[in-house]
Parts: sequence; C-alpha cells; structure tokens
Amino acid sequence: MAEMTMVEALNLALDQCMDRDADVCLMGEDIGINGGVFRVTKGLYEKYGTRRVMDSTLAECGIIGTAVGMAIYGLKPVVEIQFSGFTMQAFDQIEQNMARMRNRTQGRYPIRMVMRTPYGGGIRAVEHHSESREAYWAHTPGLKVVIPSGPRNARALLAASIEDPDPVVFYEPKAVYRAFREDVPETHETMPLGKAQVVRPGSDITIISYGAMMRVCREAVDDLVELHGIDVELIDLLSISPMDTRTLSESVSKTGRCVIVHEGHQTCGIASEIIARLNEHAFEYLSAPIRRVTCPDIPFPYFQTEKQFLPDTDTVIGAVQETLAWE
Amino acid sequence: MPDDFNENPDPEATTPAAEGQYPEPKHGVKPGHMDTSPIDPGNIEVLQILDEHGQLDKSLDPPLNDELLVSMHRGLVLTRTFDHRMLTMQRQGEMGTFAPNLGQEACQLGQVIPLSKKDWYSPSYRSFGAQIWRGWSMERLLLLWAGYHEGFPPPAGVNDLPFSIVVGSHVLPAVGVAMGMNYKSDASCMVVNFGDGALSQGAVAEALNIAAVNAAPVVFVCENNGWAISTPLNKQAASENLAVRGLGFGMPSIRVDGNDILAMTVAVDEAAQRARGGGGPTFIEAVTYRMSLHTTADDPTVYREEKLVDPWEERCPIRRFETYMKYKGLLDSTTIERIHAECEQEVIKARDHFRSTAASHPREIFDHLFEQLPEELEAQRDAYLRRLDEGGGSDG
Repeated sequence: MAEMTMVEALNLALDQCMDRDADVCLMGEDIGINGGVFRVTKGLYEKYGTRRVMDSTLAECGIIGTAVGMAIYGLKPVVEIQFSGFTMQAFDQIEQNMARMRNRTQGRYPIRMVMRTPYGGGIRAVEHHSESREAYWAHTPGLKVVIPSGPRNARALLAASIEDPDPVVFYEPKAVYRAFREDVPETHETMPLGKAQVVRPGSDITIISYGAMMRVCREAVDDLVELHGIDVELIDLLSISPMDTRTLSESVSKTGRCVIVHEGHQTCGIASEIIARLNEHAFEYLSAPIRRVTCPDIPFPYFQTEKQFLPDTDTVIGAVQETLAWE
Repeated sequence: MPDDFNENPDPEATTPAAEGQYPEPKHGVKPGHMDTSPIDPGNIEVLQILDEHGQLDKSLDPPLNDELLVSMHRGLVLTRTFDHRMLTMQRQGEMGTFAPNLGQEACQLGQVIPLSKKDWYSPSYRSFGAQIWRGWSMERLLLLWAGYHEGFPPPAGVNDLPFSIVVGSHVLPAVGVAMGMNYKSDASCMVVNFGDGALSQGAVAEALNIAAVNAAPVVFVCENNGWAISTPLNKQAASENLAVRGLGFGMPSIRVDGNDILAMTVAVDEAAQRARGGGGPTFIEAVTYRMSLHTTADDPTVYREEKLVDPWEERCPIRRFETYMKYKGLLDSTTIERIHAECEQEVIKARDHFRSTAASHPREIFDHLFEQLPEELEAQRDAYLRRLDEGGGSDG
C-alpha cells in the first residue's frame, strides 16, 4: 500500500496496464514530454517512448477518430481529452464511430478504447473547463460511462476500463485530483464496471451520488449522522452506464427515501434517470418524493460564481431534511 | 490572468526612433528569422494515360499483365451492370435509397487494384465497384442497400472498413488504422475514399493533418465528381483544384484523370508503395463526374442542366478502356459483347440469390452493441422480444 493522490493512482493504473499489455497505448494533447496538463501521464513518455505515448495534434475529433481506427487495428488506445468541455469537438466521432462501430459491423470490429477526461468545477478555471456532461454519453447507446470518486477506486476502475472489451468514457473529477490521499495497493487491482458501492449503510434515507460530489455528500452525511442523528445510507454510483439499478432499488426499498446529488445539469440529467428507475423498481416502498440536488440548467458560470453554482453540504443537508419531513 | 500582460517589462522598447531614422536592432536581438524570398508552393503532378478518345500516351503505358487487364475490364463492366440493376430494383421497390455510381467506375476500381489482401480499404457509400473488387459479394451489397444489417459488416478475410453515411466521418478511423500499421511496424497501407464534398468537413482536414504529421501509410483518394448533391464544386471549394489541399498539409499530391483506369491504378500503386515503405501519406484528386443521381431520392433536373452531363458521355471510362484493350489485342468486339452478357448473368444470379435468401433478424438487434449485454439492456431486450412474440411490429 502507498498513499496516493488520484493523479498518482491514475498514473499507476496507466503504467501497469501498459506494462501488462503491449497493445495499450496513450494519445492526447500534451501528454508526452509535458506529462499532461494535470500530469496524469507523467513519466510514461520517458518509460515507454513516443511510439506508445503519442502527443496528438490539437484536434479532439481527430484524437477520438484515429483512436477508433487504432482499436479496429487491434490496439487498445487510452486517450486523454484535456478537459471534458473539449469533448464537444469530438462529439461526432464519439457518437458515430466509437459508440457504434461494434454494432455497425456486428462485432467484427470491437472498439476497445478509453476516453479519459477531467470533468467538473471547483478549480477556478476559464469557460469550457468545468462542465459535467456525462448525461450525453449515458444517453448514447454503445458507451460505458465511469466516474471514480477517490484515488483507490480511480485506479481500479481505470484498469478495469482499459481491460474492458467495449468503449469506455472515463470522467475524472479534477477537483479531487490532488484533494486527498488514500492507500492504493501497489499490485494490479480492478473493480467490476457497472457496480455501485454502498459506502455507508443506513436505514433512514439513501443518498446517491458520484464523482467529486461524493466528497460533499460524505461531509453532509457526517453532519447528518453526528449532529442530527439521521442514519443515512450513502451510495457511490461509480458507473453511470451501465447503472447498478439493483443496488439502488434495494437501498431505497429499505429506506423509503432518497436524495440524488450531482454536478451535471438538472434536465435529463443522471438523477432523472435514477428517479425513473426507482419509479419502476421501488415505487411501492417510497415514503416521500425523491429529490435531486444538481446544478441549474445554466452554462457553468465564470469562476467567481462557481461556489454558489455547485451543490455544497448545506444544500445536501437541506434536501435530506426536507425529504425526511415529507409526510 | 498574469498581471504582466499589461506591463511592458522593457520601457526602452517603446522609445520612438527619431523621425526619418529606423531604430537599430537592439543588442542580443537576432536579425530576421523569416526568409522573405517568395515561397514556391511545390509541384502538383497531373496524370492521364488514356485520354477521353482512348488515345494512349505510349510513354506511360504501364506494364500490367494481360490477365489483370482483362479482369480490370470485367470489373468495370460488372460495376456498371450492377449499378443499372440496383437502380431497376430500387425503382421497383425492392431496394432502399442508394447512391448510383455511373461514370465513376474507373476511379473506383483504380484505387483498389494495386492493393494486396494485407492492405486496407475504407470505402465511401458510392464505392461499391471497389467493394466488389475487394471481395464483397454482390449479394452482400444488395442486402446492405435493401436495409438488412447483415450486409453492413465487411466479409471475413476482407480488410475493409464499413462506410459511414455521415460524409467524411470514416476518414479519421481510416487514418487510425494506418497509425496502427506504424505502431505494429506492418508494411501495409490504407486507401481511403471520399468525395469533393467531404473535403469541406473539418474532420477530413484533421485526418489529412494527422496522417501527414504521423507519416501514416494512407492514400487519400478524393473522388472529385463535381457535385455534392446539388452543390457544384465551385460552391464547395475556391481553389483551382483539390490536389493543392494535400500539398498544403505537407504530403505529395497528384491530380489524376479519374475516368482513366490506367492512370488511377498507376497513381495509387505509386502512393501505396511509398506508404508501405515508410514514406507517409499521399493525396490523390481523381477527377470524374457524377453522371447519375446523388441518390435514388434525388432529382438532379432541379439543379443541373442535362447539357452539363453530355460531354461526360464522351469521356466514358469503359469505352475508353475498351479502345485500349482492342489496341492491345486483348479483346475484340465479340469478346467485349460476351463479357457484357456474362456480367449481366452474374448480376441476375446475385439478385436471385439475394431474393431467395434475404431475411431480417429482428431478434438480433441486441446482440452486437456490447460484448456482453449489460443487465439493464437485458430487461429492454426481454420486453422487445415479448412484443415480437405477440406479433408486434409485423406488417400484417
């Protein structure tokens, strides 16, 4: 075990996957000698060379499109899009080829690739650097969407995504990149995709969240448990698509109340989908309407306003109290 | 933002020179790095071996063997025969919308004739002549255009990409395949086909640039047929020719008579050899003409005068090659007539086979999206299959 930040843990996953499989290669803007703007690929260029760690031209659509071709040729490209706001440039290749090629060719060309990209607010960045648009990819048939919340699960989920036979969109909560350290095992570790994790079992109410908002929820849960005596069950979704409906519905069937927290916009957001599923699978157990705590349907504001824009512990605590008060 | 954007660190730099005097270069400032001599944009070769009357430039006559020449001729005839038959079938309601390729047969075949089985080909949706040459059966292509998914995947053993319907979106993956060849040090190449309209797409510009920067073994064949549905070339590009684009990205470029199968074959062969040998990509502008419809859903009389098409009747790629084959003593009028009849029979046979075997498989639509179907999709599949079992979605 070693104490690592999420950046170091992701670097470890990339390093070990490249070491284990000569077909795993990296591509992205400034990921070579510069080690990536967040240094997630630091040292890999020196270790594996320019053949396996490729600095791309400044073209996000080109990165995804050529990675699809490399995957067709049997490689396993792990590409970095510098900020998730820039994935919009690549939308056509993600939707038209990355997500569809396997289906289009009836399995002749599986696309084993991972698109890594830092997402979310909280780092005082300029426009297009703080988005949380995971709902786009969850809405696209053919993609898996994974969002870790801490160093250990980031490492294990990235390794699992690289080993997965299907294309994975891997959103990295950049607000967590260096926010805290965690013990990460030095030997290769993976976690199954498509499984949520019950982080804290409880009986009064379920909070479902993922990514950077898990930190906010953990703080809120500490307060709710210690100061208000509320026994909260906290679930880390980890995999947005496929979604672990079973774990969510089992929890809410037990607690009868639920609050969902994410950074993404409200309308057609991930919370909307979770509510629909709980409606299908746990409706008869509900004691109160399910609440969602999200960012409003407004473009992510300039950073002097981001603290007000992002959900915080007070918003989560407030939503939990209101849900509990519902009769 | 750093504050020094608004501060000049060297106040001397803004000191104005006395009137009539130009300031001396400051100590430590090197004189101009920019070479101010005029830039030579480079050479764009133009290649035609058989002119529109079938006249041969003997100095360029390629040493292709007789057997290959005969099969090239047969390929041209088969492509046109198949195109005609598809159009008839479409008009009779047996085929979905498709993109006819009348007049572009030489262009299509020439881009794949020099390829080996190890090489790759990425077609566009008007490339079925090339696809047949590469090993796609006509039955498979009929399935494809009649709306059966089974027709879409490249057949086993054929290193081709499926085409994308969104114009130009297949070019980046094609470059990626070529980058894979470099990664694995395989001496193969990729030929990717697209049209004059596709060249307006940003993704195609990205593909050209990435291929050039990475010396990817790609041959870009830009099939300039003059039209993108109703938009003529002069509204698609302001440059005099399209080959200049490739040059701008830093790769050798050539403009070829796309209705001359010899010129196409020679140009692609040279580019393919260069690519396989580590020489990077080549851009080929193949000049041809879309004599027929954009697709069967299109009516060109709305936007194009028939007289624009007439000269291209004279430039027919098949007639011109038949003149050459007669000159070579490889075919005569009788054998040519026989080949046309044989191709017709072959196409009819494929059509009949298609008619007797085509079947849709609605139960399989969940089978290919993921290697293993996620649990949440199992529920959707089960509901869908129940609907089918109850007779839902049937025509009756």
